[in-house]
Amino acid sequence: MLYREAGQFKSSYTADMAVFPILQDRIGLGIVLFIAVVIIPYFGSSFLIQAIMIPFLIFSLASIGLNLLTGYTGLLSLGTGAFMGVGAYACYKLTTYFPGVNIIVWILASGFFSAAVGVVFGLPSLRIKGFYLAVATLAAQFFLSWCFIRQPWFYNYNTSGAIEVPTRALFGIPVTGATSSFTTRYFVVLGIVIVMTWLASNLVHGRIGRMWMAVRDMDLAAELIGIRLLQTKLLAFAISSFYSGVAGALLVFMWYGSAEPSVFDVNLSFFILFMVIIGGLGSLTGSFFGAALIFILPIVLRYIPPKLGIPIQSATVDHIQYMVIGALIVIFLIAEPAGLARLWQIGKQKLRVWPFPY
Amino acid sequence: MDILYKAFIDPFMQMGAAPDLFVQTLWDGLVAGVLYSLIALGFVLIFKASGVFNFAQGIMVVFAALTLVGLHEKGVPAYLALAITIGIMFLLAVGVEKLMLRPLVNQPDIILFMATFGLTYFLIGFGELIFGGDPKVMIATQLGLPRGAIDFKFAGGFVSLQKIDIAATIIASIMVASLAIFFQKTRIGRALRAVADSHKAALSVGISLEQIWVIVWFAAGLVALATGIMWGARSEVSFALEIIALKALPVLILGGFTSIPGAIAGGVIIGVGEKIGEFYWGPLLGSGIETWLAYVIALVFLLFRPQGLFGEKIIERI
Amino acid sequence: MTMKSYLLGAAVAVAAGLPLLPVGASAADGIYVPLFSYRTGPFAGSGTPIVNGMADYLNMLNERDGGIGGVKLIVEECETGYDTKKGLECYEQVKSKNPVLTNPYSTGITLPLIGKAAIDKIPVLSMAYGLSASADGSNFPWVFNPPATYWDGASMFVSYVGKQEGGLDKLKGKKLGLVYLDAPYGKEPIPVLEALAKDYGFELKLYPVPAAEMQNQSSQWLNIRRDRPDWIYLQGFGAMNPTAVKEAAKNSYPMDHLIGNWWAGGDDDARPAGADAKGYLSLDFNQVGTDFPVIQDILKHVVDKGKSQTPKEKVGENLYNRGVLNSMIIAEGIRNAQKLSGKKVIDGTDMRRGLETLVISAARLKEMGADGFAAPMAVTCADHSGHNAAYMAKWDGTKWTKGSDWIEPIKAKVMPLIDEASKAYATANAGWPKRSEACDAK
Repeated sequence: MLYREAGQFKSSYTADMAVFPILQDRIGLGIVLFIAVVIIPYFGSSFLIQAIMIPFLIFSLASIGLNLLTGYTGLLSLGTGAFMGVGAYACYKLTTYFPGVNIIVWILASGFFSAAVGVVFGLPSLRIKGFYLAVATLAAQFFLSWCFIRQPWFYNYNTSGAIEVPTRALFGIPVTGATSSFTTRYFVVLGIVIVMTWLASNLVHGRIGRMWMAVRDMDLAAELIGIRLLQTKLLAFAISSFYSGVAGALLVFMWYGSAEPSVFDVNLSFFILFMVIIGGLGSLTGSFFGAALIFILPIVLRYIPPKLGIPIQSATVDHIQYMVIGALIVIFLIAEPAGLARLWQIGKQKLRVWPFPY
Repeated sequence: MDILYKAFIDPFMQMGAAPDLFVQTLWDGLVAGVLYSLIALGFVLIFKASGVFNFAQGIMVVFAALTLVGLHEKGVPAYLALAITIGIMFLLAVGVEKLMLRPLVNQPDIILFMATFGLTYFLIGFGELIFGGDPKVMIATQLGLPRGAIDFKFAGGFVSLQKIDIAATIIASIMVASLAIFFQKTRIGRALRAVADSHKAALSVGISLEQIWVIVWFAAGLVALATGIMWGARSEVSFALEIIALKALPVLILGGFTSIPGAIAGGVIIGVGEKIGEFYWGPLLGSGIETWLAYVIALVFLLFRPQGLFGEKIIERI
Repeated sequence: MTMKSYLLGAAVAVAAGLPLLPVGASAADGIYVPLFSYRTGPFAGSGTPIVNGMADYLNMLNERDGGIGGVKLIVEECETGYDTKKGLECYEQVKSKNPVLTNPYSTGITLPLIGKAAIDKIPVLSMAYGLSASADGSNFPWVFNPPATYWDGASMFVSYVGKQEGGLDKLKGKKLGLVYLDAPYGKEPIPVLEALAKDYGFELKLYPVPAAEMQNQSSQWLNIRRDRPDWIYLQGFGAMNPTAVKEAAKNSYPMDHLIGNWWAGGDDDARPAGADAKGYLSLDFNQVGTDFPVIQDILKHVVDKGKSQTPKEKVGENLYNRGVLNSMIIAEGIRNAQKLSGKKVIDGTDMRRGLETLVISAARLKEMGADGFAAPMAVTCADHSGHNAAYMAKWDGTKWTKGSDWIEPIKAKVMPLIDEASKAYATANAGWPKRSEACDAK
């Protein structure tokens, strides 16, 4: 009823090709942004912001990064966790060497280090494909994890072997460290995620995105029509790792506040890959859906038994939660292999023609 | 110069100076390698017949071992527990085929891969719910597996061969040989190979895909059970065992996803390579390199043979 | 409707039709003590008995005495699975319920909470784990790690070895090995052992075990066979411990020269090797067994009434009793805090004062029904650990027994290191708050 595009005429090519061509979509986006920017910080509890929203946004950013590589370019990677680690450790090293520089500059700059490392480990992608590549990226994962553990230079020869986030202020307001307020951190994360999502959206709708998708659909054919495979694949690795790196830096600086190397182990890589696949390969919106489902759903599941007044041990809840999530993953895949993003599209299409079936 | 000496001369000097340790390292690497290839074998069986990269193989190892030990703890005699566990692995295979594979038939590989993650989560929760998360002791002696070691005097030192390791090697060899015979000589084996070549062609000549899938998942379950018993006997049965399954991945890419001999050869190369590497070159780089050395070995091989050592040649057409 | 849409409907309903915000027991009518547990995941073997002991003791106080000072304790578990992500989520969840303290039970969770503790005014009690440097109360007023730190543990190991060898001066030229989990937890004892190696002239050999290779340690033990260290200290965790003990037996390493730290001394750590592990030693600061009135009370009031998750035969195991000791520290802290603040229902700020003036003397232990259960301990304003004694537990093939007298840590060496590390921590974390909390008189 409300979601109908009748009467919306496009008078230029640009308007027709816009990312959100329908007015209602733009309004919807506005409402989402309004909720994120105004409602949540003012009315959200500390739990909602610190334990749900901040990590959710960070994981969304990481899964956008992986989606650029796996969803758009078709290169399966299991090294995301390590690339996030590179970002976090780069940011830590930078801010301890140059404490005077704005921390947000360093968070963004750490992405470049991650990108460089990503390119190096992306090189085999020219010869190796599919699952073979996925396992090859595990080499990056395990090698980098080893560096974070065994090479004391990375953690400044700290006796605890972990990295701790120092307090850094921006215009006199602490942004990182324990004294910073969670609202400040939320705004920083939100700002970075919005800007980087907007950039990613422009990227995938432009020439580079099309090149990536051509390579994904068939790299030999793409090469024949004049796309340089080396540059395109490496660019995908670089940009994807950039996103992962920034997400990793945010993870430690805006959320954990201190991190052991094991934070960036292979499980994190799998975790992000789940989000991308469940959310929908090749969809930015899907990355957000995926992060929500994989990260927030388990938290919600934990609170059902106490809410219903069922006296269950916390460990049993955890076991059942594992079973439910496992089953849900399979059910979602059976229902819609193309992910939540595809479901969202189908839903919108149904609304558009409602009350008619098609 | 010093570093060159340490990298290229010193390790060989050490090998010469203590040949007993060298032989021991080789043996330990060989045993680890055989056990890696057992896990890899589970992956290969399923990948060959259904194109599914079964991430759940690791948790199947834990689940099988846990069921076996858990049943025994509840008072079931060891061999009966073994039989029941085999039965449960069969039910699991049927369940996976009916509830997961059949609805997902013809989906892209990555989706099936993801579905096995779902299976992993489910089995983790289910296993812990039924048997609890605390580690258990593998009932190796009750199953008639030997204990103790055979020590050889060798070149001024000794080489110690654990009986359980010898048993593991023998059992692994028997399993591989019987699987190879099963694939080559029986009717079902031929059907399996046909399915591996092409699902559609196999269907059109009247081979039941469902039946084949149940068989391979069951076979992978048996392999998982054997792996679980062996690794469990080496340490304990707990959910930490799942991590070991990751070691099978470099073995897979080295040997090729579709080759049974590849899984064996790959396992041995990786096992021996990483133990020798860790023992002789590890100190140079700061130890603990075996976590990634296997992947680097595999990666180097891959750069020359992108389909793995024994994998089928990848032919790309437009 | 197709099957597909049914499935979809079901899945969407589960995913969407749920309450979004958590609720829980309100803490107005009692003292809220959250317990972070890990009954799941790869380390569940250590986590389950500990949290069982912790919960059972506190519940016993509720059943037997009606709580502490007439106020019921609200004991709630939050499952972390030893995962930092879940741990932080647990922290945010309990934070709003006025907890008196947190027990993170994982180094990875403790580290982030150290920073948060001072801001949120919730003390962290990391009983003999976490950051050794946090024993310095002048820099970490909100973090407590009694009865001893990892650094004390390592020095006790050296002191014990010295005694066996006939004096610390006999250590010269000996080789001492450290087999450790390659993670911040495992690396903790290295600085102390290095310093002691310099002072006493022994050689320190390091054998890191990567987390992914916990159950596959043949390379490390081959190295040990090559180096032949005279004594080995094992700072392992979870599945790493039984594997290490088994490997030691396999390589015929003398078991009475293999000494685990206190997290390598669970029953599940030695049991898989069984009789082969006879003689294996492990540092311990609580006694094993059920021959204590306090454990009998737990059996009577909690376990036998079916109010516990503990199987009866596991009551009295080493890690279970350690959980009990942990809860005894909590309970004493609460008692102290009630005395100091004059309030019945206390909060985190009071609890900090209570823990800072904690004294559990031998007489008090006896009163609590735990005569000789642990070494008497005391925490002061400046010293949040107390650096108390521990003893060697010995595996007799089926269970842990007492294998030595109480061993004091080499305080003279450990304390300066702690001061140094604590200062380094404060400098590295620019803006680390200076202690502003006043000290209470005992």
